[in-house]
This record gives sequence, C-alpha cells and structure tokens, in this order.
Amino acid sequence: FKYKAPFLLGSKASSTIHPLSLSPSLSQMARNKEALLLLLDVGPSMHDILPEIEKVCSMLVQKKLIYHKNDEVGIVLFGTEDTNNELTMEVGGYEHVVVLRHIKVVDGDLGEALQELPRGTVGGDFLDAIVVGMDMFIKKFGPTNKGKKRLCLITNALCPIKDPYEGTKEDQVNTIAAPMTEHGIKMDCIVVRGKHSRNANKRIMEENDLLLSIFSKKSCSKTVYVESPTSLLGALRTRNISPVTVYRGDLELSPKMKIKVWVYKKTSEEKFPTLKKYSDKAPSTDKFATHEIKVDYEYRSVEGPGKVVPPEQRIKGYRYGPQVVPISSAEWEAVMFKPEKSVKLLGFTDASNIMRHYYMKDVYIFIAEPGNTKAILAASAIARAMKEMKKAAILRCIWRKGQGNVVIGVLTPNVSDKDNVPDSFYFNVLPFAEDVREFQFPSFSNLPSSWQPNEQQQEAADNLIKMFNLAPTGQEEALQPDFTPNPVLERFYRHLELKSKHPDAAVPPLDETLKKITEPDPELLSQSKPVIDEFRRRFELKENPKLKKSTRQLLKEKPSGSSEEGEGLGNACNAEAVNFIENASTVKVEKIGDLTPIQDFEAMMSRRDSPDWVSKAIKDMKNKIFDLVQNSCEGDTYHKALECLVALRKGCILEQEPKQFNDFLCQLCKFCQEKSLSSFCDFLASKDIKLITKTEAMDSEITDDEARSFMVKTERKLEQGC
Amino acid sequence: MELDPEDIFRDDEDDPENGFYQERESSKELVVYLVDASPKMFSTICPGEDQKDETHFHVAVSCIAQSLKTQIINRSYDEVAICFFNTREKKNLQDLNGVFVFNVAEREYLDRPTAKLIKEFDCVEESFTKDIGSQYGIFSGSRDNSLYSALWVAQALLRKGSAKTADKRILLFTNEDDPFGSIKGVTKLDMTRTTLQRAKDAQDLGITIELLPLSRPDGEFNISLFYAELLGLEGDNLTQFVPLAGERFEDMKDQLRKRMFKKRKVRRITFSITNGLSIELNTYALIRPTTPGTITWLDSVTNLPLKTERSFICADTGALVQEPAKHFQSYKNENINFSVEELSEVKRVSTGHLCLLGFKPLSCLKDYHNLRPSTFVFPSDEEVTGSTCIFIALHRSMLRLKRFAVAFYGSSTHPQLVALVAQEEIVNASGQVEPPGMHMIYLPYSDDIRHIEELHADINAVTPRATDDQIKKATALMRRIDLKDFSVCQFANPALQRHYAVLQALALDEDEMPEIKDETVPDEEGMARPGVVNALEEFKLSVYGENYDEGDDFQANGKVSEASRKRKAIAENAVKESVNYDWPDLADNGKLKDLTVVELKYYLTAHNLPVAGKKEALINRILTHMGK
Repeated sequence: FKYKAPFLLGSKASSTIHPLSLSPSLSQMARNKEALLLLLDVGPSMHDILPEIEKVCSMLVQKKLIYHKNDEVGIVLFGTEDTNNELTMEVGGYEHVVVLRHIKVVDGDLGEALQELPRGTVGGDFLDAIVVGMDMFIKKFGPTNKGKKRLCLITNALCPIKDPYEGTKEDQVNTIAAPMTEHGIKMDCIVVRGKHSRNANKRIMEENDLLLSIFSKKSCSKTVYVESPTSLLGALRTRNISPVTVYRGDLELSPKMKIKVWVYKKTSEEKFPTLKKYSDKAPSTDKFATHEIKVDYEYRSVEGPGKVVPPEQRIKGYRYGPQVVPISSAEWEAVMFKPEKSVKLLGFTDASNIMRHYYMKDVYIFIAEPGNTKAILAASAIARAMKEMKKAAILRCIWRKGQGNVVIGVLTPNVSDKDNVPDSFYFNVLPFAEDVREFQFPSFSNLPSSWQPNEQQQEAADNLIKMFNLAPTGQEEALQPDFTPNPVLERFYRHLELKSKHPDAAVPPLDETLKKITEPDPELLSQSKPVIDEFRRRFELKENPKLKKSTRQLLKEKPSGSSEEGEGLGNACNAEAVNFIENASTVKVEKIGDLTPIQDFEAMMSRRDSPDWVSKAIKDMKNKIFDLVQNSCEGDTYHKALECLVALRKGCILEQEPKQFNDFLCQLCKFCQEKSLSSFCDFLASKDIKLITKTEAMDSEITDDEARSFMVKTERKLEQGC
Repeated sequence: MELDPEDIFRDDEDDPENGFYQERESSKELVVYLVDASPKMFSTICPGEDQKDETHFHVAVSCIAQSLKTQIINRSYDEVAICFFNTREKKNLQDLNGVFVFNVAEREYLDRPTAKLIKEFDCVEESFTKDIGSQYGIFSGSRDNSLYSALWVAQALLRKGSAKTADKRILLFTNEDDPFGSIKGVTKLDMTRTTLQRAKDAQDLGITIELLPLSRPDGEFNISLFYAELLGLEGDNLTQFVPLAGERFEDMKDQLRKRMFKKRKVRRITFSITNGLSIELNTYALIRPTTPGTITWLDSVTNLPLKTERSFICADTGALVQEPAKHFQSYKNENINFSVEELSEVKRVSTGHLCLLGFKPLSCLKDYHNLRPSTFVFPSDEEVTGSTCIFIALHRSMLRLKRFAVAFYGSSTHPQLVALVAQEEIVNASGQVEPPGMHMIYLPYSDDIRHIEELHADINAVTPRATDDQIKKATALMRRIDLKDFSVCQFANPALQRHYAVLQALALDEDEMPEIKDETVPDEEGMARPGVVNALEEFKLSVYGENYDEGDDFQANGKVSEASRKRKAIAENAVKESVNYDWPDLADNGKLKDLTVVELKYYLTAHNLPVAGKKEALINRILTHMGK
C-alpha cells in the first residue's frame, strides 16, 4: 500500500498520532488567518517555467507580508533529486519530495528561498506531494482551522503517478480526498501546459487530468489549466480577501413570491496601495519615530481669513445654479429620500435590450441562500429559464437600511456547469436618465465617400481580425481577465522588494511576461505578418497638411513603407494640398494686414473671382477696426481706426451694403460705451462720421435726420449713464 | 446623524478616486434659446400624451425647461438667455420690434440659470398671450424683419466673454422654413440678404447657430428654402442634416433634447493597430453617474462660504511640514520610501496610447467583466487623414464576424486592459438611439475577480437543480412579466430628483417640500393582474411545494439559524428581565448608575436600542429614549 500516511488509516489513528493537536501555534490563529502550503513541481519538464513560478510565489509572499503578516506558509518541492520529509522517515516511500520550509509565519527569508528554487532531476509525483502536505497540516493543526488550510499545487501533471500496491489510482485519490474534506483542507491546482506539453504522452496526461478532476468533485479543490507564463502569473490568487455579503434577504418577484438570496461583489478593483506620507522631521536617533504625517483641516471664513470657524459652526451648502443653499444635517434627515431595504423585480426583458456598454460599475453576484434547498431550486429554475429564453431581469435594489438611493440594474443568469456549484446570477448596475448624454454622431454611411473603405480594404480588415485572434479554437484564450495579472501592481511589488534590499534601486523595467499584457504578442505578430502587411498596404494614413507643426507628433510613428505614393487611395488630402498651393501662389490679397489695411481692403473689395470677397473684406475690416479701438492706448490708434472706418463706409456705399456699415457703427459705439472707450465715440462725432442714409444707398433704412441725430443720441445716453 | 451627499450616493466600496468621473470643463457655454413665437407655432399641433394635442410652441418651451433643469444640475456655470421672436411686445436692449427677452429679477439677460428662472419659465405659457403675445413680424409693408432682429439681439447678448474660453451658441426653434415666403420682389431679396449677412456676422464672431426645425404635419421642414444658406450647409453637410421628422410630441421632444447638448470629447487618443500604423480617435463619456455635486461649507452664523485649509503635521515632532514629496510603505518591519516620480514611473507601463492586442469572439466577454462605466470612441481625421476609413473597416468586420478587440489603454493614472465592442448605429422615430462607433469597456484583472461561486460549492453533494417542469413554469412566468419596451435609463434617479427638488424649494423659500414620484417602484397593478398572479402561484407551487411557509427557509440552514436563534433568545430574555425593574423610577432618582452594565442592557435590548459604548453612554441612551 503506497499511501501509508498515518492519517489515511482512519480518523482514530490520526488523533492518536497527533496528541499535540492543540499546540500553541494554532490557538493563536486569528479569524482570517490562513495557512498555505506550496506544492511545487521542480522536475526537469518544469524547468522552463520555474522562473515564472518563482515570481508568482514571491509575489504571493510579498502581499502576505503587507496585508496578512500573520499568515503561515510552507514549501514542499517534488521531482527533486533528494528526499527529505517526515513521512519518508516514519513510514518509508515518498521519495523525491523535499520539505523546503515548514509551515510558519511569513518572513523575508521565505521570499528569498522562493527566488532560487532548486532544479529537480526526476519526474514529479504530485500525489506524493499532496499526501506529504496534508500530513504536515494535520500534524500541525489537527482537526482545527477548518477552511483556513490551503494546498497550492503547481505542476504540469505530465509525469506518471506511481502505481499503488493495491487498488487503482482512482481509489487512492478517493482515499486521499476524504480526509482532505474532513480536515477542511482546500486545494488549488494550477496545471501549466505550455507548448512543450503537446508532444507529451497523451495517455499519462489524460490519466492525471482524470485524477485531478476527482479531487475537484470529492473535495474542496479547484483545478485550472494555463498555457502561457502570463496566465500563470494571473492564475494564483496572491491576495486572500474574505468576501462579505452586500445584502442578505428576499429577492421579491412579487409580494407573495420571494427567493432568499445572498449578494456579494463579483468584481472589485484591487487598488494601488495607498502609501503613507513621509516626514523626515524626526531625528535620526529616534528609533520609534513613525515618520507619519497627519493632515489637519481648518475652515476660515472668506471675509476675515484670520478667523478660524470651529467645526460645529459649519453648515453644509449645496450648489443650485449660482446659489448656495445651506441645509443642516437635521433638515436633510427630514427631507431626504429614504427607500426601504429591499430587492424587487420590476420585470423581465429581452437580454438584447440591454447593451453591454450600459453596465456602470463593478459586478455583483446573487446566489440563493446557501443550504436553503428551495431557494436554490427557485434560483436555478429562474436562471435556466432566463438563459433558455435569452431574457434578463430588471431589479430595483436597496441593499441596506438608510441607503439614500436606489440602484436599478440587470440580472443575468450564471448557469453552472459543475455539479456541486449552484446556479447563480450576475447583477450589473444600469444608468439613470440623468447619467446618459445623448450626443449625436454622424452615420458612417453619411461620411464622405473617400472615408468609406472599398472592397479590398474591407477584406483586409476581415483577414486582420480573423488572423489576429486571441482565442483560437483548441488553445487557451489569451489575456482572459480571470488569468491576467495587473502589470502595475506586479511592478510595484517587485520594486518594493528591490528597494527593501537597496533603497536606491531604480524602477525595474516591465518584464517580458507582463509585456504581453501591454503590447501585442510578438509571436502572434510574426504569425500574422502577411495579413498585417496586406492591411498596411491597403490603407493609407497621412498627416493632415493643414495642421500646425506642433501637433504633428504622430509623424514619428509612421513606417517608412506606408508613406510611399498610394495611388488614388483616399487622396482627398492631396487634392486639398494642391489647392492650397494654388491659392498661395496668387498675388491677390486675401486678408487685411497690419501695414496697409485700407489698400488691402480696397483690393479685396474689387476682387471679382468670387462674390465672397466683398463680405470677407467687410468682415475683416470690421475686426480690424475693433482691434484698433480695443488696443488703443490713450487714443493713439484712433486716427488709423477712423481712416479704416471711412474706407469701410465708402466701400459699403459702393457695394450697396449700407446695413453692414450702419449696424457695425451702432455696434461699435455700444461696444465703446460698455468698455469705457467713449472717448472714441466723441472722436467720431467730432469727425462727423454718419450712418449711411437712404440717399446714399437705396437699401438703407436711415433717413438723413436719423443719421444726423445718431451721434447726438449716443452722447445723450452716455450722459444719462453717468 | 452626519450626512454627506457623497456618502449617500456612494455604495460601500465605491471608488473615492475622482479623476475618472469628473469631466474636465475647460470652457463654459453661452447659449441663447431663440424661440419663434409666431402664430404658426401655436396653430400647428402634434399628438401628445393622453391623446392631447400639443402645439409646436409647447414642444419648444418644454424642451428648454427640461434643458434648464439639466443645466442647473450638471453645468451650472453655463449662461443662458431665452429670447422669443415674432412677439407683440418687445423687450431687448436694442429696442427692436418683435423680439422679447424673457428674464426674471436679479439676473442679467444672459446669465447662469437660477431657481427663479426655472420656476417662472415653467409657467411662461400661461401668461404668454397676455404679457408677450404672438404676432408675425415680417411684413412687406413695414420693412420690419423679426428674424433679423432676433439674430441681432442674440448676437449682442453673446458679446459677453471671449470666444476662446466660451462656446457661444444660438439655438433657433422654428417651424417656418420660408420666413420671407409671403413677401415678393426686391424687398424679399433684400430681407433675405440682410438676414443671411447678419447670421454670417454672428458666425464670424465665433457664434454657432443651430437650427432645431419642427416639421408641420402637412409637409417636412424644407431646409433648402432658406436655412441651409443661413447655416452655411453645403454638400455632405446638407444631406446629413435631417429635419425632425417626428409625428408625436414625445419623439420631437427626444430629438430636440439630443440636439440641444453640445458634444464634448474627453480627449483625443492614438490607437495603435500594429507597429507603425496608428489612427486617431476621440473619446466621449456618454454614460457617467450624476452625483448631487460637491458641498460647500458655510459659516452657519453668516451663511458665507468657508475656505478649507489643509496643513501637514509631522506626527513625531508636531512640526508643520510642506506637502511631502515622499511616501512610504511599511514592509518587512521597515519603511520603504518612494518618491512621487518613482510611483508615476511604476504606473507608466506603456505609452499613453491605446494599443491593439488582438480580437476575440463576443462570447468571451462575460457579464462580470466590468468595473467602471464605458467610454465611447469615434474616429477623427483631424490630424491623421485615413483614420476614419480604417476605423469603419474594422468596425464593419468586427460586427460581421461578431468579435471584439482587446487593447491596452496606457493612461498615466490608470493603465488598463479594455475591450472595444463595435456598436451599430440604431435609429428610431425619435432619432439616433445608439451612435455608431465602439465602446471601450474596462476589464478587470485576475486580482479584481472574486470566486464567490466556489465559496458556496457543496462538497460531496450534488447541488439541487431545477427540473424541466420547474423551468417551464419559470418560462411561463417570464412571458407574463415581460417589459416589452424597456429601455435602459428610462428612469429618473429618485434620490437625485428629490435632492434638487428640495434645493429648489429651499432656494425659493418655499414652505412645502415637493413630492417626487419614484418611477422605480414595481408596477403593483400589473403584478396583481390575474394572469401574472396565476403564473407566480404555479411557479411557487412547483419550486416550493405545497404548504410552504416563509419560516421554513431556515430549516435547512443550521449555521444561520443558530446565530439568529441565540440573538432571539437574548432578546426574549432581556424583555423578561427588563420587566423586573421600575425604569422611570430609577431614572428619576438618578439610580441608573447603580445598576450593572448587564442590567442596563436589558432595557436597551428590550427596546431595540444599540448596546455599544461605555456605561455612561448606555445611561444617556436610556434617558434619551425615555424622553428625559
């Protein structure tokens, strides 16, 4: 009988063998403390991936050092040359399994040990390692600490498991799984199957997979398969967060039909750690200095900045347009919106009615109350019916008493394919009417034809999408969120570790495994090279020639290949460029300059190549006059402005545009009054500038009398103003 | 109880970081609503709610009223003016006929919207005939040109502020596509020319004129008669301009509402498709939670705003320090220091671009792959011509092949993996419902996903599964309670509505607090329909069986019931014990302090009061509860 570990001989045996089950270490175990045993395969076929395993395990230890300082961790290696474990000494067998570190509280040395794992020489037997690990747990904790003991097995499961002396391997696994469950030991198995595993022995692989699947069914164990080093980094949960329910209570289909549910967060962002602010004020001799900084807030009145207003004298003000409305907490309490704690169904709707981009927040999960068979059944029926009919449910949720708002969201089914996992639902928050901005965008079909892709271009895009595939059939889906680590956090913790050794260590470069998250996979790129090249050939990108230089940073990124003359493909910009040059080459005046504004104006007014020139000239001249008046310093530009105004008046009479001039003059005078530039109005009056009258231009609505009184009127207005 | 609006509107684990949700408002907006008040606006009707016909004037006015309310909530720094033309009375700075600027006290013509403005504008229609009056202002005889005057007045109002820091817009509501149609000959040409010139002048000054045309039932608004030229629409732009075609009042209102808001892009980003091939995209925040805004602390004596001053104090020495440049993380019993530069270097894991990593079938995007509201992206040819073409090609292929793109968005503060999901344009009677483009969905990392399902997996047992019959009953139920025309965001946020209604009432010194209808409560009437009730009963019977009692729920659940039973027992005991004391007497004689904490807790537990705190606190709580 191969597995002769004492605990496998029945519960009685284990309790007699471990009289120290109430050892001091376990009475110290706090509520959320975890004991973890890493079972690492270091056999020859694992050597490629070991550097990644070292990284992910060090990360795990690092996070424990920060967030769970009292957790305990041990390391068991298998596939080693040597053998060193208690079972081997006690009962024999269990060769090539080395206990690198016993279960004890995490410390820096553990991290060090993980960074230089020895390379093994024989194919590892993971079942041996599991038994050794369980033995260690049971010896240390006995039946206590249920659910807080975790085995973490990392292997490729490519090497054969030794045959037992009697019974089948499956029987063995069943025998091992039973005490595992009984002692509340959890197990996470990460099976790394890279490319090299494709020519491995299929039979052995399948057998091992079968054995692992028995663990999943018979014990609290989970097996995940990963192919790339990147997903290995993401597969191991490096930080343990005990989930708390957001809500426990009824999911009300109607007042008469309720289902008991528990609601948890399904996703919640792991934030960049909040660092404390550092103060260097404490003397270096002070060993107990905290170096922390406290932040203090003071409220000062706007009127007398010297006066500090005590906190109890403050009152909250809420903006409403330009007003700030003061409301005391008591007043708020009396008028605020206070819905009752409840989760109610509003109805079902087609799942296609709710588009993916309306999901507002991190996601919740609704599960039927654990252990409540009827609730599990009801949830299961609803979830399966929803999936079958492609429906989603709309709910109105108030998670807790006193919550001041309502959450509207969509419930979608999460039908389980594992026999021991109940059906559940995901819940996503939806926006309210106030949260949506309905901007209008042009239809693609209404855009200019030069922007529409032609058939070849469309084909090139199709091919690109087909080739540049991250989820090819029969292979692991790359960059699956569930297996993708956060590169920023990974980098931060690595930097932290480096700094703990050398305080001046520079920020490490992003390592190759993590680069696969931020940049396209070079392998995939080279595979799809022909398609990518074709895509590049089909489309042409050009710098917009009308842009200023400063905005042209994109140019640098241009490949030398694509800037070749693309004949006729979206060449609108070329045509524009030509036009531009044509225009520039003419000597005709296009705008009113600073030097000779009047001549420029007259030249433009007399241009006959387009009727637009007249209005442009008038417009520019008006702007010019405004500028002159506005920028004058004690009237130094008034004379020039007057000359321009006279020229404009003349031009407007010639071109029969009296209104242009008259309106402008009114506008100008008003402008001057507003901007306290009335000296210019006086100046104009003194120079006898008048509105254009009916006699001068047919279209004018101004009589001679009105024209004459114009300046007088503005002056009078002015006096009243004073 | 101390209440903070941000707390009220925040769920426990909400993101305190703000940068993401706050839109950068680089510039404010100055808007003049120019409303045609000609008799035609009153005589043309369209079918509204409850079979009641509504006039075009009502459509315009109610849209503006709605928009004002949104503005005061979301963008209260914007300035607005409301100006009617084709009116009998006149009120404007230029003293022009036929133009009436609507305003209230303590407010300039063009100014920020106030509570009073909103309130009075809400009932502008009631007094309109009396105070303002409708009268068409373009006659061949008088040479009056109300449209011209209106544009002039609007332009003059918008002279405020520089064109650089403010967006200036005139929104013109009219149902008259040919304002000079009744006039003949030279006068017509003349009026047309001067009006066009007036509009052009305004546009030259950096003012955008936007037309919100209302089509009459007997004919579509013909833009080419006059307005195309006024707006400067040519070629492609002209074909893109679709007049409001809605028959129904609601449709018209929807369309107007959509056009009234100016599109604001969040930023321009570069989307790198492969090495060396990068296109230009603009990002837009189409969906973001609206919060009641920040609070301003006031001095309760003077009601004047307070300035908050922050000071940093060294915890060891008590010395005042400058904003520190270093932070630390304690690690292995040591403090590890980081400079601000180092931290931002750590976060800089890629260039600030959006970098394409590949494509996946849409089925790979799960419902739990979400963290934050999505961002909309739309191509732009402003800097790189050809961007739009590539974008459209990818967009079409992604829709056809049912794939989404996975990309890395390397923003400096929050680099993240994103999914780009192509969205086809959806148009219905009320206009564009979903714009064409892609939605950027922020994906979680493995550290962000929690494995709750496994937490409650049964070991050694098969979880109960619904039978086919139970599923059939559930299916029948779903058919009964079907929200046929449910659309996302059809509900107004009741908490926010209440918040602003209260503010408005307080701002106007009203005594009565307004009642806000909560649209989010279930439709009880619908649920009580016999068909629904039957389906529910059948489903209940099939999953719960007969003689089901709510109390049975806990039967199966030892753990929970144990805790709750214990709590119940304590409470019962407390009630029993509490009776043995003469509490009012003890309180009156100050003898409560002679009792033990355990005894005091009998009273508290029996009266459902909190039992936490020191003895003194318990006594105080008891006295408060007794009203002493």
